[in-house]
Amino acid sequence: MSTILTLPDQATARLPKVSYLNKEYGLKSWLLTGDHKRIAMLYFISITFFFFIGGAMAGLIRLELLTPPSDLLAADTYNKVFTAHGIIMVFLFLVPSVPATIGNFLIPIMVGAKDLAFPKINLLSWYLYVAAGTMMISVLAFGGVDTGWTFTTPLSTHYLNTHVISAGIAVFIAGFSSIFTGLNFIVTIHRMRAPGMTWFRLPLFVWSHYAASILMVLGTPVLAITLVLVILERTIGIGVFDPTKGGDPLLFQHLFWFYSHPAVYIMILPGMGVISEVISTFSRKRVFGYTAVAFSSVAIAVFGFFVWAHHMFIMGISNYSALVFSLLTMLVAVPSAIKIFNWSATLYKGSITFETPMLYAFGFIGLFTIGGLTGVFLGSMGMDIHLTETYFIVAHFHFVMVGGMLMAYLSGVHFWWPKITGRMYPEGVSKLAAVITFVGFVLTFFPQFILGYLGMPRRYAAYPPEFQVLNVFSSAGASVLGVGYLLPLLYLTWSLKYGKIAGANPWQATGLEWQIQSPPLTENFVDTPIVTHEAYDYEWLESKKGSEVPTVG
Amino acid sequence: MHFISPVLWQFLIKWLTYFAIFPPEASSIAPYADALYFFLIAISVVGLGAVALLVVTFSIRYRQEANPTPTPIEGSTLLEATWTIIPLILFMICFVWGALLYFRIYSPPTNAMNIYVVGKQWMWKVEHPGGQHEINALHIPINKPIQITLISQDVFHSFSIPAFRVKREAIPGRYNTEWFEATKVGTYHLFCTQYCGTLHSQMIGEVVAMTPEDYEAWAAASTSGNSLAQNGERLFASLGCNSCHNSGPNAHGPNLANVYGSHLQLKNGSFVTVDDAFLRDTILNPTMHEVAGYAPIMPTYQGQVSEEGLIDLVEYMRQLNSQYRIDQTIDNSAAQSIQTGATPPGTSAPALAPGAVKP
Repeated sequence: MSTILTLPDQATARLPKVSYLNKEYGLKSWLLTGDHKRIAMLYFISITFFFFIGGAMAGLIRLELLTPPSDLLAADTYNKVFTAHGIIMVFLFLVPSVPATIGNFLIPIMVGAKDLAFPKINLLSWYLYVAAGTMMISVLAFGGVDTGWTFTTPLSTHYLNTHVISAGIAVFIAGFSSIFTGLNFIVTIHRMRAPGMTWFRLPLFVWSHYAASILMVLGTPVLAITLVLVILERTIGIGVFDPTKGGDPLLFQHLFWFYSHPAVYIMILPGMGVISEVISTFSRKRVFGYTAVAFSSVAIAVFGFFVWAHHMFIMGISNYSALVFSLLTMLVAVPSAIKIFNWSATLYKGSITFETPMLYAFGFIGLFTIGGLTGVFLGSMGMDIHLTETYFIVAHFHFVMVGGMLMAYLSGVHFWWPKITGRMYPEGVSKLAAVITFVGFVLTFFPQFILGYLGMPRRYAAYPPEFQVLNVFSSAGASVLGVGYLLPLLYLTWSLKYGKIAGANPWQATGLEWQIQSPPLTENFVDTPIVTHEAYDYEWLESKKGSEVPTVG
Repeated sequence: MHFISPVLWQFLIKWLTYFAIFPPEASSIAPYADALYFFLIAISVVGLGAVALLVVTFSIRYRQEANPTPTPIEGSTLLEATWTIIPLILFMICFVWGALLYFRIYSPPTNAMNIYVVGKQWMWKVEHPGGQHEINALHIPINKPIQITLISQDVFHSFSIPAFRVKREAIPGRYNTEWFEATKVGTYHLFCTQYCGTLHSQMIGEVVAMTPEDYEAWAAASTSGNSLAQNGERLFASLGCNSCHNSGPNAHGPNLANVYGSHLQLKNGSFVTVDDAFLRDTILNPTMHEVAGYAPIMPTYQGQVSEEGLIDLVEYMRQLNSQYRIDQTIDNSAAQSIQTGATPPGTSAPALAPGAVKP
């Protein structure tokens, strides 16, 4: 199979003498850095850590569900484990995954800036993340919390004696970390674009991060307020959600989902940005219908704010408001469909190669399409009654979040790995990992759709024995999936020392980040770049290559 | 679908349930839900197939060996409009179909038999109007619409019967309803699907759908002796409700005969229909809805009546056609106070609450 990979001659190639990695040495130079790339690295290490903690929790869940009775874990332990899995994966992995690592690294470079607008706030954001993570780990160490990641009242406020308040504060702090990242991106994208970098010359990665940032900045405060209300209700009993004091527990649902539905788009939009970059690069073509893809991100962000009550169709909201929310849910599905078709059409008349990032991107397209279409099942009100709160929901959001977002994340990590570290990951084993991940994923989560229609409720430590066969499939898939996620951890670490030297532009891609050295200088650019070409202009790249002396290595 | 060919439908459902990948179809609504499910699967297969076809075909035809030089293409408004409008139309069909199903599932027929269900950590308490009490079980006759009036006494629960394709959240402080009509005799799962604490996964029970004759026999054998309304009557007297809600000339509160289902005018001029939720609210939080013509003097019964007690009271008032029994059971102290004329003047109790307008 051919490849576009153009590496410098490994016999003579050297990593650049000076880069952001070796400009300064010492722990202090990392912990007090203002450099967006170093902060991205800090984030990269911390979210990987939490991903594997959350993944271990998922492993425990699947092991427990191998047999119908709750024999491996007692019911309360199981509840704590799935709560920890949910909170860690949502707030400490998925929300910061692409934006805080790849986004942090690339947004300033892609717009042609030296750093983000507020480097110190960026560092503060990481420290808040670490504070939140430490707090969450200590919650686990001191006995855990069993609210579910949704903190549903009155369960969380009146009926549990676990560490609800500490977990709530941890999520509250993690929320501010996310707000600061979003704020930084919005200001940077508005104010710090290089000369000639107009809005419609921005890579789609930047557009999708812009849309996600709006959601972070406008949505997360609502979550913060909700958690504060839960904590106040639990400590001093203010009664906002307590029906015996005239409060309304449904109000909590409204507030919580007002953030937590847009949060889904906070998680997936940056992933969509990665897919746009990868598909375009490996088919050597501009993304089909650039404007449509850019605006569909914004449309998702806008509509995403007005669909939250589709989580509450069975909760006794008025039938007519359910009608409105169902309609809007169908509308928000359309921009996602547009993106999928535009990516597919980008391949048309391209010159396609199949490096690892592209394989992950194909995985994304397939799994996200299933995840999106099953979302239509759930947006369809009458169908939602039977499917909600069952394994169908679990399967649906794992297809979107894991099949979609995690595939996109891994695609992006592989794609920009040469830029971030200056070295290539090993191509053969990484392709294998991509295939293993895909197979393991489908085996894990597809049976859960069937389980869901059979009616198996989610968050059950024990289940009726007739559901066992499908659960065994799912647990078997999870072990395959585990291998698929451990492999990149191993070979990417290996490649830090033994990977081939990548050179500035191993993929022959057009983005500004590929026109500078790998790994980049602390200040990114030697001179402020002047942008004269559209995004994904491969003809411009050809002419540029023709006119310059190759100085790779 | 089932309305096109019932015979083929039966074959399909039998085949799917045989492989244990499909739940039994045991309510009148289930075939409608399944029809939408199959439609949704069909459009998913078509959508996924279209995407897979595009990706695979292009990957083969335009791989680098086959097509070394890419052709730059900006986009195509026509194509993009096509793949905006076609999904939009399909999604709108799903929306309308889903909405119709939703309204069908959540609009109970007027002749439905009402059964009360109270959720608590971690059991379902079922209260039949005839005085049959069950825990984690629900016995129902087939071919008769059943309405479940659902409430929780602690946290959120969700009352789910997969074989009937119905589910509704049990929420503290609020009556929710769902209805179904079982069509097949059998025993089906009853799940709590909303995470409700430690033993959430043990909050399961069974729904036993029986022939009407069997149900009659079961109901006669399982009754506790007192109907819910009879329990409600006792409670009404023991809480002293009748000291104000009687038809005496100096009664402080409205006469409650026939109040259920009536339209009351509130102090703020708006009208409400008296239903279960209204009665529950006014017992627990009398100032929530102030009825025109009465001083807000009723004390709250918050914390004094259990959810089952409230259901008994509601069921009692639902069937209350005359005040005769109330006046009969009026307690002595109230009778004495009327005799001594100790009640404040100026209050009167007409035969029907003044704000009450019979529909």
